[in-house]
Amino acid sequence: MLKCRVIPCLDVKDGRVVKGVNFVDLKDAGDPVESAIAYDAAGADELCFLDITASHENRGTILDVVQRTAEACFMPLTVGGGVRTTDDIRNLLLAGADKVSIMTAAVNNRDFVREAAEKFGSQCIVVAIDAKQVAADRWEIFTHGGRKPTGLDAIQYAKEVVALGAGEILLTSMDRDGTKSGFDITLTRAIADAVNVPLIASGGVGNLDHLVDGIQDGHATAVLAASIFHFGEFTIRQAKEHMKNAGLPVRMD
Amino acid sequence: MSVAIVDYGSGNLHSAHKAVERAAAEQGVRVIVTSDPDVVRGADRIVLPGVGAFADCRRGLDNVTGMVEALEESVIKGGKPFLGICVGMQLLASRGLEHGVAQGLNWIPGEVVEIKPASPDLKVPHMGWNTLEARRSHPLLKDIPVGENGLHAYFVHSYHLKTADPAHIVATTEYGGELTAMVGRDNIVGTQFHPEKSQKLGLALIANFLRWAP
Repeated sequence: MLKCRVIPCLDVKDGRVVKGVNFVDLKDAGDPVESAIAYDAAGADELCFLDITASHENRGTILDVVQRTAEACFMPLTVGGGVRTTDDIRNLLLAGADKVSIMTAAVNNRDFVREAAEKFGSQCIVVAIDAKQVAADRWEIFTHGGRKPTGLDAIQYAKEVVALGAGEILLTSMDRDGTKSGFDITLTRAIADAVNVPLIASGGVGNLDHLVDGIQDGHATAVLAASIFHFGEFTIRQAKEHMKNAGLPVRMD
Repeated sequence: MSVAIVDYGSGNLHSAHKAVERAAAEQGVRVIVTSDPDVVRGADRIVLPGVGAFADCRRGLDNVTGMVEALEESVIKGGKPFLGICVGMQLLASRGLEHGVAQGLNWIPGEVVEIKPASPDLKVPHMGWNTLEARRSHPLLKDIPVGENGLHAYFVHSYHLKTADPAHIVATTEYGGELTAMVGRDNIVGTQFHPEKSQKLGLALIANFLRWAP
């Protein structure tokens, strides 16, 4: 039986982890590769790197991080942040990423999703959606960390990118991100039910019940969290035990 | 002993290379990533990875002059142990039906068809960790726990290989119906899942492949 996935996400800037990882005794908490190795050993189902490097000249640092991670971890790796061209995608895949997440470039040019899926296969093209609620039943896509509205309806947009070849949706509620009050379940379910590809729920996880809710009520196939794992509040193992006790299929290998 | 990982411009060679290297380290095996048919001919074992669409991968393989011939010679005539991964496994079929019809190598007769889970709730691609059901024993599964309580393998695919001969199926996985997870005959084996991304199960399977004497 296919298992629900638990995915820790690391923000990486100029090749270093931002916000640090405190859950184990790492020699260098700022080294993304060390964190990746620790999550691999802890039983994470996938790992996600979000590259938030701002300056153009440091953009190559993520490739080195991905390459060193792939040498040490034999688990699936998704990389997002600043992916603009098919060359960016190719370079990440060659470095050892399994999936690449596209956000702003897809908003600006929908055709980029089609081009990417045709070139590399839908299975490695994740479209990241940052959405904010703007009315009772309406969520809009925002870019630039939630600062820039696009006027696009999140549900329509999700359907559109899936039709163009996106193999997975990474959905973040900008209303919930950082609040620890749980996923926006209404939004998550609306999009999960509107598309026929897997959906990763993100934004707002503050406790282990939230992970269960995302899958049971939000209909997500995977859950992504950062701070609850990085700061050692919960281990991946605890998260999975909790999900298992709630009746969800999880991998305990 | 040497293992050739065939580079034909398709997919995640770095991960496959590192995983085989890790499993090979203890056995003193040399791993070479190559697009040179002569290097493939000279290797003792061959790995064909593959990520992307069937037709694209087939085109990529054909674009490496002499590679299909080198594979036929080494694997079919020469009997060298061969492992196909993901689309590298699908290419063993007679033909693939992804984005039009494309011919496979026809080493494991059958067709690569779209996954259509019985339940509409099940999403495609079949993405994530699933268990294996062994249909028969196989040296590559030696000492690997399978079944509902066994180890998990990492899958990511929208198509799977339906073999013409059920005897060619080594293992299946359950996803709103049965999907082919592993095929094999003689010195040829293929996995739909990614051993290079499947942690414990994957490294154990690769180590078994390196010891395999078909």
